[in-house]
Amino acid sequence: MTSALGSAPTGRDDRVSSPGRPARPTPARAHRRRWARAGGTGWLYVLPALVMYAVFVLRPLALTVQYSFYDWNGIGVARWTGLDNYLTVFTDSDLLKIISNAIILIVFFSFIPVALGLLVASMVRRVTTGTFGTVVRTVLFLPQVIPLVAAGIAWSWLLSSNGLINQTLRAVGLGGVARAWLGDFGTALPAVGVIGAWVLLGLCTILLVTGMSKIDPALYEAARLDGAGPVREFLAVTLPSLRQEIGVCLTVTIIAALASFDIVYISTSGGPGLQTTVPGLEIYRLAFSQRQVGLASALAVVLMVLVLVCVLPIQRLTRGEKP
Amino acid sequence: MAELLTRFPRRRMAVLAPLLAVGLAATACSAPGADRSSTAESDAVVKTDLGTEPITLEMYAETGFPLAKALADEFSKQHSNVKFNIREDQFTVIVENAPRVMASDNSPDIIRLPTMVDLVKDDLLKNLDPYFTAYGWDKFPASQLMQLRVGENTRGTGSLYGMGLGYSVTGVFYNKKLAAQVGMTQPPATVAEFEQLLAKAKTSGVQPIMQFNKNTAGINFPHQALQNQFGDPTQVADWIFQKPGATFDTPAALKATQTIQKWAQAGYFPKDANALDYAAMVGEFQKGNGLFMFNGDWESANLDKSMPGNVGFFLFPAETAGGKHVAMSAPNTFGVSAKAKNPDAAAYFLNWAHTNAKAREIAVTVGGSSPGGPSDLPVPAAAPNTVLAETLKASQQLGAENGAVDFTANATGGIFAAAITPEMQKLVAGQQTPEGYVKAVQAEYAKELSR
Repeated sequence: MTSALGSAPTGRDDRVSSPGRPARPTPARAHRRRWARAGGTGWLYVLPALVMYAVFVLRPLALTVQYSFYDWNGIGVARWTGLDNYLTVFTDSDLLKIISNAIILIVFFSFIPVALGLLVASMVRRVTTGTFGTVVRTVLFLPQVIPLVAAGIAWSWLLSSNGLINQTLRAVGLGGVARAWLGDFGTALPAVGVIGAWVLLGLCTILLVTGMSKIDPALYEAARLDGAGPVREFLAVTLPSLRQEIGVCLTVTIIAALASFDIVYISTSGGPGLQTTVPGLEIYRLAFSQRQVGLASALAVVLMVLVLVCVLPIQRLTRGEKP
Repeated sequence: MAELLTRFPRRRMAVLAPLLAVGLAATACSAPGADRSSTAESDAVVKTDLGTEPITLEMYAETGFPLAKALADEFSKQHSNVKFNIREDQFTVIVENAPRVMASDNSPDIIRLPTMVDLVKDDLLKNLDPYFTAYGWDKFPASQLMQLRVGENTRGTGSLYGMGLGYSVTGVFYNKKLAAQVGMTQPPATVAEFEQLLAKAKTSGVQPIMQFNKNTAGINFPHQALQNQFGDPTQVADWIFQKPGATFDTPAALKATQTIQKWAQAGYFPKDANALDYAAMVGEFQKGNGLFMFNGDWESANLDKSMPGNVGFFLFPAETAGGKHVAMSAPNTFGVSAKAKNPDAAAYFLNWAHTNAKAREIAVTVGGSSPGGPSDLPVPAAAPNTVLAETLKASQQLGAENGAVDFTANATGGIFAAAITPEMQKLVAGQQTPEGYVKAVQAEYAKELSR
């Protein structure tokens, strides 16, 4: 966003600088021109946003990095510990398990919504117009509108031992499969993943439908003339044209998986055991209930790096010209 | 959007790198945190009268714990110059907020406290020793205030840092109808009798124990109830008070853990205990699902309302018949902030809550727990045939037998969340052995004390 704001207003200033009068540059005006050409006015426009960004994003970020080198309880005097906190993050088996949980969640939060989203999008593409199209898109997007806390509560009712899902299973004679999905060691993490997939499917579908509506219909016509069926059409036309949209979907959902907090906090609180504890939850617990601000900050920095490591290659892969 | 996202990083880096560097440079110079060098406040002169000047006491209390507000209202009625400004939060939120709120300039006068050792270390809590002398709190049974004393890195001895608004006792609630159904005519007298009842309930299709184990380990209640009986309870207390050399790795704790494992395997706990939270447990018990529930007297008034006449209470029995009762019992701790603007009035209020006849009555009727205070003051009676009357009686009995111990969950700030809860969830799901459980809890304890 900043880059767009930063470049746009620069040219506009030249245009409005002298309405109706022949331009006779005075020294002051010339100076102003130079300043404007150098992007000065642009910077002025962005200044309020930049100040907010610096105070509420950059400063906390810098402080987090700083805290990660200390042993601090949030109140008393901090003790410099160098890289000890990072060493703990990479050697503590519990913390490693917590990080691996987040990586497993990527499958549910990211891969499943994108794959299903592609499927759903190619099905609803044909009904994007008219009332029915609006209804379909609204319904699909609804999970994005519902607060995640409400979604978490509703899903924990659905998945509870006497919830709708188990009632349905029992009704069709599958009572043996019924269990407390969120309380069982084997199913808790996948169950949390299903909630995430439900939330993010709508977002992916809408992005992909929008992307599909921009594809030139002539391409489909050409493919059909060449005798391509629906599958071939999807692979040869739809998929390559959606490369950038898929990139966005993957980026947003992978960040959602790695930085997940609300769904997990509400539905399982990280249990049973550490089965569904994710870095976001652990950072919060370490900082506020166990009062290890330094270790929490170190884990936060590692999480940020992990997000970048996962997301930057996707940016690179999906960059490039649209065909 | 795709374009923005894909083109973003490189430009952003160019703009942000210098900003980040400036931010780092600006913050990296000084270590975080302030040295709050302790002020010699304990010898300060204290006032034991309220005066007539208008006073507003800032109170930070717990949501769902109406006693504090009820006492404050009554206090204002009796002392017209004192008003209360009460802020409420859930207990877990107070646990997280307390240090920061107390370090701020708007520190409350009276605050519901989580564990105290860290707060004392950070000089956030007022030492109440001068008030102890001034108000003659030495007339209270010494065991009543023991848990509220903090010394050199230990609890249980040293200076007084808190008082209880009500003193809670824990034990076993039971559903009278289901008890009759399984042939229980009187509360069990030994652990073995209790186990027989569990087995009988199981065979007659009654859920033996309704207990939660999600969010926080509710099964730690029965675990500690067993641990208290299987060994010397002072060992448990020493561990909780962080006495040097104390360990959780004891035969008593191991036997308790083995028993819990046995009960879990026998299906005495709900199959979905790890997915049940506290509210769900109470709800299920009220619906008649569960013969027993390990809980505390804070639920008495509520249970009397929701299942009148159908709920009873007993202290968890000893291992052998006639043995003395030992149970978790703790004050609902309130402290005075070191930065309090009206510490004298706050202490006056705490003393009043223990000694005023009307306040003591409110502690029983609203709080459902013993009001504490000097042993020569009578405990107000609860309505007959209520479970509230039973828990009050149990509380007095426990006091007389000197059998109160604190909760193992209170041993350190992080022990419950970081060890007891996840390990207990593993244990009942068959993912952890009793030996492994005991060792894991002790390891986390040692780790926290070494910091």
